[in-house]
Amino acid sequence: MTKSLSSLNSPLSSTKRQLKILNSGPFADGDLETFQQKLEKSNQFPLSPTDLEIFQINVGYMCNQTCSHCHVDAGPDRKEIMSKENLQLCLDIIKKHNLKTVDLTGGAPEMNPHFFWFVEELGKLNIEIIVRSNLTIIEANKKYHILPEFFKQNKVRVISSLPFYTSSRTDKQRGKGVFDKSISALQKLNAVGYGLPSSELTLDLVYNPVGPFLPDDQAALEAEYKKELKQNFDIDFNSLFTITNLPISRFLDYLIASENYEDYMYKLVDAFNPSAVNGVMCKNTLSVDWQGNIYDCDFNQMLQLGVESKTSNHISNFYITELLSRNIVVNQHCFGCTAGAGSSCQGTTI
Amino acid sequence: MDKTYYDPADLRKFGKITDWQEEVGNKFFDWYGEVFKDGHLTAKEKSLIALAVSHAVQCPYCIDAYTEESIKKGYPEGAMMEAVHVAAAIRGGASLVHGVQMMNKAKKLNV
Repeated sequence: MTKSLSSLNSPLSSTKRQLKILNSGPFADGDLETFQQKLEKSNQFPLSPTDLEIFQINVGYMCNQTCSHCHVDAGPDRKEIMSKENLQLCLDIIKKHNLKTVDLTGGAPEMNPHFFWFVEELGKLNIEIIVRSNLTIIEANKKYHILPEFFKQNKVRVISSLPFYTSSRTDKQRGKGVFDKSISALQKLNAVGYGLPSSELTLDLVYNPVGPFLPDDQAALEAEYKKELKQNFDIDFNSLFTITNLPISRFLDYLIASENYEDYMYKLVDAFNPSAVNGVMCKNTLSVDWQGNIYDCDFNQMLQLGVESKTSNHISNFYITELLSRNIVVNQHCFGCTAGAGSSCQGTTI
Repeated sequence: MDKTYYDPADLRKFGKITDWQEEVGNKFFDWYGEVFKDGHLTAKEKSLIALAVSHAVQCPYCIDAYTEESIKKGYPEGAMMEAVHVAAAIRGGASLVHGVQMMNKAKKLNV
């Protein structure tokens, strides 16, 4: 089984090393403008939040898969898991500030031992609960077979990665056998009502490119996914979100190893779209890591770029007014969210 | 590194051709963009046609660009190779069909 960069002690498991790479080469030479310079040119610097609509909690980096492009460097060998105490603190924040959407991610969020308790607690509130499920977890172990029914009971909105509608490209990115297991899991979610045209249970899929290129048109891909998955596997789903791979962690490792790094950065910078900036997720989202630290987004979390606030940077000192008046921390990886039609956890941004 | 006529990094500089002739260059890129939009043919179908033509005209830049575009638009490797065979068959056929001209000439010369 593939190991995480972390357990391999790869130099790229160091976030400092990643940031050094992201700020050298064409950016240091002046051949490419930095993200900050691009924002300044379009009068959008500093970037600041508009509101807090989505509270995204990364409940741990443990995962049953080791995908080649994972920005979290997640895998079975990762032991970082959010404690029940920190989950309780998150719950208190959600209640206190009447937050409307909670987005649970990982790793495989279901592998957090307190996951079922936490979702049931969230289910008691009148809020939208998103679980970013990798699908194969439903097939991984008997104790997870109840997930489709559990999601249904708690009215969870399920968002799942399926890099392509064929096995060869999906397995290449996510591991051998992942496509077949994902199809089986999707059929189980459909069986309890998820993604069906007449149902209120939402099942969205996520596409991210299998190589060093930007996603194609989201609407065109969604139409193809719907046609192919229905025709070949009788699967229904609601929406397809296209997400650009950001040049960090394992995808950065892949870009460097395949000698595609520089070309990819040129592609992202050349495709910078000022009108995609307004919809980026850091403007309405906060991301929390397993230890309770607060970030502008899940990508900043993986680069350990905490929020620009000294007094409100942890769930134990959560001051919403201060957080909403912060400047968002940006770096060259942010070009991934503003290229072409833009990219966020909810797909394109324009 | 050896000097070569083709440098893959030049592909991303394609847009710079407008530096020396802006008006005509911009007209080309506007037209180019229009050509590849959905029409009677989808943008996806056009990407595969472009891949085949890239091989027919043997343009390394175009081959790089439309290999990526075809993958991006979801064509499997088999479909892409079939498109290359179509280009090759037309090129091969274009040579061979001149065999008729050769035969005509030979007959005229009473061979």
